Amino acid sequence: MSRPNPYVPYRMRIAKVTEEAPGVKTFRLEFADPEQGQNFTFKAGQFGEYSVYGEGECTFCIASPPTRRGYIECTFRQAGRVTSALADRDEGDLIGFRGPYGNTFPIEQWEGKKLLFIAGGIALPPMRCVIWNVLDLRDRYGDVTIIYGARTVADLVYKHELAEWGTRSDVRLYVTVDPGGETPDWKGRVGFVPTILEQVAPSAENTIAIVCGPPIMIKLTMPVLGKLGFSPELIYTTLENRMKCGVGKCGRCNVGKYFVCKDGPVFTLAQLNQLPPEY
Amino acid sequence: MTESAILQKRSLAELFSRLIAAGHRLLAPVRRDQQVGFEPVSSPQEVATDWVQTTRPAKSVVFPRYEEILRYRFAGKDVEVEEPRPSAPSTVLFGVRPCDAASFAVLKAVFTWDSPDVYFEPKLAATTIIGLSCTKADPYCFCTSVGGGPGDTRGSDILLTPLDDERYLAEILTERGRMIAELAPGLFTPADAVSKERVLAQVPARFNGQDLAARLGRLFDRTEIWLEQSLRCLGCGACAFVCPTCSCFDIQDERDRQGGLRLRCWDSCGFSLFTLHASGHNPRSVQSERWRQRVMHKFSYQPERLGLLGCVGCGRCSRACPVDMNLAEHVQSLAEISG
Repeated sequence: MSRPNPYVPYRMRIAKVTEEAPGVKTFRLEFADPEQGQNFTFKAGQFGEYSVYGEGECTFCIASPPTRRGYIECTFRQAGRVTSALADRDEGDLIGFRGPYGNTFPIEQWEGKKLLFIAGGIALPPMRCVIWNVLDLRDRYGDVTIIYGARTVADLVYKHELAEWGTRSDVRLYVTVDPGGETPDWKGRVGFVPTILEQVAPSAENTIAIVCGPPIMIKLTMPVLGKLGFSPELIYTTLENRMKCGVGKCGRCNVGKYFVCKDGPVFTLAQLNQLPPEY
Repeated sequence: MTESAILQKRSLAELFSRLIAAGHRLLAPVRRDQQVGFEPVSSPQEVATDWVQTTRPAKSVVFPRYEEILRYRFAGKDVEVEEPRPSAPSTVLFGVRPCDAASFAVLKAVFTWDSPDVYFEPKLAATTIIGLSCTKADPYCFCTSVGGGPGDTRGSDILLTPLDDERYLAEILTERGRMIAELAPGLFTPADAVSKERVLAQVPARFNGQDLAARLGRLFDRTEIWLEQSLRCLGCGACAFVCPTCSCFDIQDERDRQGGLRLRCWDSCGFSLFTLHASGHNPRSVQSERWRQRVMHKFSYQPERLGLLGCVGCGRCSRACPVDMNLAEHVQSLAEISG
């Protein structure tokens, strides 16, 4: 949807705040102008600029699926000036949002295929959008496997949804925490994500892998996927370079001649292999 | 549609007053302390003489150092947002060097390649450029290495070349230039076959920017080159702030108790904060990677993406560099290594 001045945010009301993990919150945002809400569309993988007036803007993916209309959700860790100001906001408060920006996960092309989601820490939110999108259209996709890890049990986000996915017969879920991050009553796995991936050893046959996590996790996960037989064209990730404008002008998210905000944030490993390693 | 005419230097006063009478804001190079910069003028006496290059380019006319993109007032828990009406007064820039005139095409390419820009485009559309050919150059000038030249007409609506102490050759290059000339038709008299070449400065080409653009990508992984070239770089960003084509920007809020402004401000890829993630990860974590980005962006990525070099060879970055890094020298060396 094109707006005459892309820098003018939508007015969004915080409809719900969920504490996910220490310093991590999810906001459900509804359009203050319902008409804008009705006209707003996006696709899985896109992101936006969220703003607190007086503090600035920051970039997060849209963490809710496009199959659920009327609101969007974002999940963020309190890290700097803007996210701290955001974290201070309560239900009912207004914030700004502009977007959606960037390309999308080609989930229509994945219909009929099996999907393997691999996420680490605060990188589950961009994937959660895809996971719910797929689960909301469940019969169009094959097996869904999710491997998710965080440093500690407390750092796992979307705990209620993990519990729900864990009980669904049409989802295989493996949740892990780094060694030392487990609690006495922890029932999940212990070990780093690449190790768990190796243990689970999902088949690459007719399968798309979607990977998102901190750089070190990505770096160590890719070779394991390679060993399992996933070709780089079938491994997708989403990059999170620093951004300001979101519309391909401010210049800071570029990787080589590409702009993460326009040509990404979704890339296949095959595409990343052609890019300078500046992400 | 080029049309050549003679404009007497003594007629400038009348041209200026006609431009102002027609409602244009007239900006020209003015000397202030040690610097020459574009400022509003009303008579030719105010215009600086004897300068090679203005200290800063005329870029801020279309892309100000900082610019309001939103204004807001706090009202309890609510916010009243006001979208500022972009100000774009009709402006005539007098005395723009050919390198700077060419820079506007680069800015336009960046700001409009994908979507319109409500702040940039009206300003550019309201700007008329009266260029001034170079009869002098200095060792920092390298326009001829990047497709320009001391008498290059690209980007100018009218290009003036001083033929002698009394006359300019006026090349009327665009419809917009013709409209300016028609404000004072008597001042522009037909030129006989006049060559401007003999008066132009000599700027030897040091490398071929177009050829380099196709090859430079190969040097990305040659870490030792980028390290060696950038060892003394302080990351101060002066090069970007005097550059006529640098267009990277930041968006920042400034507030008080009543309300605030959202500003689009110049930024530089030379700063470590430019790409720093909230997590602490930095995709370009050391200065040599940031220097490589600066060079690659202008000489490889932009030519590939936008079809034109991101450098016009004005040499300001090198004149302004506090540690005397010379872009032309470094790019020449890259051209030799990659050749």
